[in-house]
Amino acid sequence: MDASAKETKIEIRDLTMAYGSFVVMRDINATIKRGEIFIIMGGSGCGKSTLLRLMVGLKEPAQGDIFYDGVPFWKSNDDERQKRLRSFGVAFQGGALWSSMTLAENVSLPLGEYSDLSPAEITDIAHLKLALVGLKGFEDYYPSEISGGMCKRAGLARALALDPEILFFDEPSAGLDPISSRNLDQLILQLRDSLGATFVVVTHELQSIFAIGDNSVFLDTNTRTMRAEGNPRALLQHSTDPYVREFLTRGESVPPQPVPEASTA
Amino acid sequence: MFQSSPMTNQQTDARLTVRRSPSGSLLLEIAGDWLARAGLPGIGPVEQELAASSGAKALEFDTAALGRWNSGLMTFILKCYALCQANKLEFRAETLPAEVAKLIQLSQVVAENKDAARAVTHAPFLQRVGESALGAWAGAQGMLTFIGENVLAFLDLLRGRAQFRWSDTFLVMQECGPQALGIVALINFLVGVILAFVGATELTQFGASIYVADLVGIATVREMGCIMTGIIICGRTGAAFAAQLGTMKVNQEIEAFQTFGISPVEFLVLPRMVALIAMMPLLCLFADLISIAGGFLISTLMLNITPALYLNRTIAAITLGSFLLGIFKGAYFGVLIALTGCLRGIQCGSNAAAVGQATTSAVVTGITAIIASDGVFAVLCNALNL
Repeated sequence: MDASAKETKIEIRDLTMAYGSFVVMRDINATIKRGEIFIIMGGSGCGKSTLLRLMVGLKEPAQGDIFYDGVPFWKSNDDERQKRLRSFGVAFQGGALWSSMTLAENVSLPLGEYSDLSPAEITDIAHLKLALVGLKGFEDYYPSEISGGMCKRAGLARALALDPEILFFDEPSAGLDPISSRNLDQLILQLRDSLGATFVVVTHELQSIFAIGDNSVFLDTNTRTMRAEGNPRALLQHSTDPYVREFLTRGESVPPQPVPEASTA
Repeated sequence: MFQSSPMTNQQTDARLTVRRSPSGSLLLEIAGDWLARAGLPGIGPVEQELAASSGAKALEFDTAALGRWNSGLMTFILKCYALCQANKLEFRAETLPAEVAKLIQLSQVVAENKDAARAVTHAPFLQRVGESALGAWAGAQGMLTFIGENVLAFLDLLRGRAQFRWSDTFLVMQECGPQALGIVALINFLVGVILAFVGATELTQFGASIYVADLVGIATVREMGCIMTGIIICGRTGAAFAAQLGTMKVNQEIEAFQTFGISPVEFLVLPRMVALIAMMPLLCLFADLISIAGGFLISTLMLNITPALYLNRTIAAITLGSFLLGIFKGAYFGVLIALTGCLRGIQCGSNAAAVGQATTSAVVTGITAIIASDGVFAVLCNALNL
């Protein structure tokens, strides 16, 4: 891409996250460029989702801050943070759709709150977003009437409602069959290419990581900090850290000397 | 040879014999069907034999007569394994059937995670007192914060700046108003009947049975109408609020609001609050009428009071002040019910059990708050001669 692709969109600086006095992760640093798909990976329970919660304003960091377009997120006041939130789209693990509303109403609600569009225009946009994720025809279904994978996609449609600059996605492929999971990966790539949005994706599905990731951070429970960063495919080929290699190869080949393998892309 | 006989339902008893082998090690003869159920031989005989005959260097098994087996045998063998480790005996796994040995190995391959095992700690008395005091303080802070957020949101609503949806409000109004009429009518009718009976048995002794109308009228409009309605709506609607918001919390729906910068208090709590403030006075009015009708029915049918006399007495007894007090208290109880129900829902943890606790807690807190504040009202009214 052009020069704008090099622009820094998100910067995580010296971030420490804790629950009370229990430190989950410390000293996380990362730089995410505009238009990148950034993967947060690591073993189960290592704090991937917690990092995401910090990034979208659901949980305050114990130390450090996240800079969006160079502006600190947590150190700015409430109004600025609320304004920043409107440039985010967050897709939750289970969709987290509002269960008392239909899919179209779910997507329409943020539009109704934050735009001066007429109801008819809002409905048009809601239908478009649902069509983008392949849910045309399900506009008037309630979340309880559709499958888990469809809920996930509807959650993505809702996250896309306000045409976000940054899209956060928690575990897109968890609980999906391989084909749906791959389709969702393709969808994320297409959306990135067509919308130019930056993606932050929490996942531990290796195939997704290699298929969509441009950049990544690897969190480790044992050392309670980040263990590696960079393009996942490059990490697979060049990382000398045995734990990172074990993770990226499903523990199937842990050679003493890193041997380059065929790319999985 | 016995192992491949799962078709037979007959079980032979599990038998354990402990003796010394010729080589000087401890030999356990395991025979019969070792299927997990009560009454399998325990580790006791092995320990006794070990204590009685010192000098054993190893533990061996003889499983020639072993029948069918499952986890029942495995747990026994694992205990033997632990015993060997504690007493520095050699555990001769090769004398076990290969499948058993493999499972034992599998259960030992990952070392116990010492950090993960929860230590059963018995905190000292003072520590527990301190912890519960801190917990109570944190709870009080949470409640005050929530009330403050609600006041701010309410002010925003009055200024027309809240993220507030009337459509949701009307929906809640319908759920907590008209749909509650049946239960409110039934309970308050019975309360009116009971008040009339209680009054009648006492007052007829003095030939003052006409004052049953005063008793029913005043008790109903000042106290019983709003309290009974408050308790019914707390159990019915307050619990529903807590369960709805709690489930939304579990489902991350509340977080989804937050990530859109939509305030859950303004969007979820305010409509419920406004709906209850609007509906409770109407329900109280309805409750008053039904309760007085209950007293009227008993008085005219059983106490030989004429309908006109009863109604006149009732009208004379009820002052506008008493009536308005009851209606005002109804609206106030509505605020309490919405606050406790929504607070417990939003504070809910993230699993199914937490939703149950939130619902219970909402009803308990709500009813306590209603009765306690009614007591405060009674004292205030007395002091102010209302």
